[in-house]
Amino acid sequence: MEALLLSRWQFAITTVYHFLFVPITLGLSIFTALLETCYVRTKHSGWKPVCKKLTKFFGTIFLINFAMGVVTGIVQEFHFGMNWSEYSRFMGDIFGAPLALEALTAFFLESTFLGIWMFGWDKLSEKAHCACIWLVAFGSNLSAFWILVANSFMQHPVGYAVNNGRAEMTDFFALVTNPYVIGEYSHTLFAGLATGGFVVLAVSAWKFVHDDGSREAFRQTLKAGAVYMLIGTLGVMGTGHMHAQYLREGNPMKLSSMEALWETENPAPFAIVADINQDAGKNDFEITIPALFSFMLYNAPEGEVKGINDLQKEAAAQYGPGDYRPDVTGLFWSFRIMVGAGGLMAAIAGLVGFLTFTGRLEKFGFVLKFLPWLLPIPFVANSVGWYIAEGGRQPWIVVGLQKTAEAVSPNITSGEVWLTMIGFTVIYLLLAIAALYAALRFIRRTNVTQAEGRNG
Amino acid sequence: MMELNVLWFVLITVLFTGFFFLEGFDYGVGGLLPFMGRTDEERGMIIRTIGPVWDGNEVWMITAGGALFAAFPHVYSTMFATFYLALFLMLVALILRGVAFELRGKADCLCWRRFWEGCIAFGSLVPAFLWGVAVTNLIAGLPINENMHYLGSFWDLLSVYTIVGGLTFLTVFLFHGAAFLTQRLGDYGLVLRAKEYALKTGAAAIFCFVLCFVLTATKTDLFHSLPAALLLVLTGVCFIAGYLAMARGKFKSSFILSSLAIVAVSCSFFTGLFPRLMVSSISPAFSLTIDNACSTPYTLSIMTVAALVMVPVVLIYQGWCYWVFRHRVTGKDLKAH
Repeated sequence: MEALLLSRWQFAITTVYHFLFVPITLGLSIFTALLETCYVRTKHSGWKPVCKKLTKFFGTIFLINFAMGVVTGIVQEFHFGMNWSEYSRFMGDIFGAPLALEALTAFFLESTFLGIWMFGWDKLSEKAHCACIWLVAFGSNLSAFWILVANSFMQHPVGYAVNNGRAEMTDFFALVTNPYVIGEYSHTLFAGLATGGFVVLAVSAWKFVHDDGSREAFRQTLKAGAVYMLIGTLGVMGTGHMHAQYLREGNPMKLSSMEALWETENPAPFAIVADINQDAGKNDFEITIPALFSFMLYNAPEGEVKGINDLQKEAAAQYGPGDYRPDVTGLFWSFRIMVGAGGLMAAIAGLVGFLTFTGRLEKFGFVLKFLPWLLPIPFVANSVGWYIAEGGRQPWIVVGLQKTAEAVSPNITSGEVWLTMIGFTVIYLLLAIAALYAALRFIRRTNVTQAEGRNG
Repeated sequence: MMELNVLWFVLITVLFTGFFFLEGFDYGVGGLLPFMGRTDEERGMIIRTIGPVWDGNEVWMITAGGALFAAFPHVYSTMFATFYLALFLMLVALILRGVAFELRGKADCLCWRRFWEGCIAFGSLVPAFLWGVAVTNLIAGLPINENMHYLGSFWDLLSVYTIVGGLTFLTVFLFHGAAFLTQRLGDYGLVLRAKEYALKTGAAAIFCFVLCFVLTATKTDLFHSLPAALLLVLTGVCFIAGYLAMARGKFKSSFILSSLAIVAVSCSFFTGLFPRLMVSSISPAFSLTIDNACSTPYTLSIMTVAALVMVPVVLIYQGWCYWVFRHRVTGKDLKAH
């Protein structure tokens, strides 16, 4: 049993760590591609070399991040078989396909063209070189699609039949068009833009303050980054709202747990804070806004929302006795952290955008000085977001089909998993330090000045 | 018409063969790096020969794993759980190697650069060895019960045969890498040094291969299949011919022959396995085969379409990538980056 708990921890640690890098890859790949497009298209002789330097500058940050994403991603692919062999056995007919498609259509594309992009500056025409980074960006964002197709099946199984003791695919098209994918993918994509945008803002702000020679170049990326991040943040909010409305039918247990709504109510209130008592199936204390939860789900001040206790009864009737509730406290607070972080990010992007576009940056320099310290915000939001997604489907590994406890590899011992879990954690910590050191050193030492001077 | 599960056995063979051929020289180059490169610039050039391509090459392994998952989920499940600690070690190695390529150039301090070069070497030598251990374990058979669960421990994966298998892979890849370097380096002095290392590692590889050949004949049933046996003989012939070509300074032929040897040994192994993918040492009835371990015909048909469309496309653009970087690497290339 201990191997199960440790395997869950190991997967949680490695997957959250992996997802520190993924959103930067998603967002920064597109941003770098946009920068290079500016470089290729601009006719302005003063800006052209600056655009090129900026492309290489953000491209290098992207590359360090990409390397971290790739190596931690391989761990995740191996993990399914190593620690969760019974899951892979039960689900392989369905889950393997998007994974293989991800490798075939996306990994090859991004890895190959990134190699060409990195070393091909003097070997390709400007346009061909720029096309390479666009293919990288396309490949990265396509890979996110496939893995979320796979993940969405775990959240909301469609297009399958259970035969021969396993889940078998009956409709590939249903798998790919799973309504759950639409919410998850769009939410992740915009989270990538927002995170990538925040990285651009934080780096640009630091350079703007500390590197006088590069100031004008980074004034432009502050503008671009603020817009980019604002689009991302607003997109995250919109798609999150849409996805939560969908959860009403897609996964009501997760939805009500996020809001710690124990009893079915119409209209349902929204709890701002709650002292959750999972054992008793109620909140010992709460501050609520009447009808707001219903309003968020129905766009109207009324509408029934099922409570956790009723959903638990339904699940027990359907699947047999057992506790089918996720960790309500964790979900409730994670959701509030995520939403709070999202709101904060929108405000930051809006503020920086306002200051840059109205030419007030110099006057409010302290904002830029402070900005790099806020960089953890999107990563906190991304991590708790995944906690909601994955914690919210517990005790299931595939909702309604297989429980997490049934999925673990039977032959691995707790000693083995202790060893690998500590091993991964230590290596990941050391790598984070090394990569951060390399990235910061690079950012500090690289100047993006106009070669020609005066112009611009 | 060919059954889809047979077709997928062939596709898995193709993916692993492509992986051994391409990552074979990446591992070899990485393993030779700290020994062959005597100055920072030399090591930079050696790394630069695989710099643009190694990541794309590694995707062959990831795709092979993904394809195994999609087409033969039971094999993926049993194999990855069986090799648990070995795969952990391989992951650690691949993590260090992958990050090292990116971080090495990010500081001027020689100790920083040498550290990451060490990681590249470690991250190349360890997987090369482990793949040999894995392959020989698969063909020799593992204690797998009727539920497709592995009953042994990590230490049961190590035997004389599998260690010889690991050393064979390691030395063959080192030779392959050295032969690759003779084709890619612009500095003739370095090319000659690559030849030196090729002759050393090649001699060790021939010794290991002969041992491995004998052990395969005694410990496995690979020789029950005539094509598999012939392919294994062909492997030896190609490799020794490649070695002799190297000794006579015919570098291009040598690289081609070492590539053929790797293709032949991979094909020999899969042919010897067919129709099994994992051999049970407990009972032949417990072996994982293309029939009891495969996905449904529906899933296989979807994957077949995807693979038949995508694999040629991938081959075209990866080929283009090699064409873009077809010129030999010189010191000038290091400054351009």
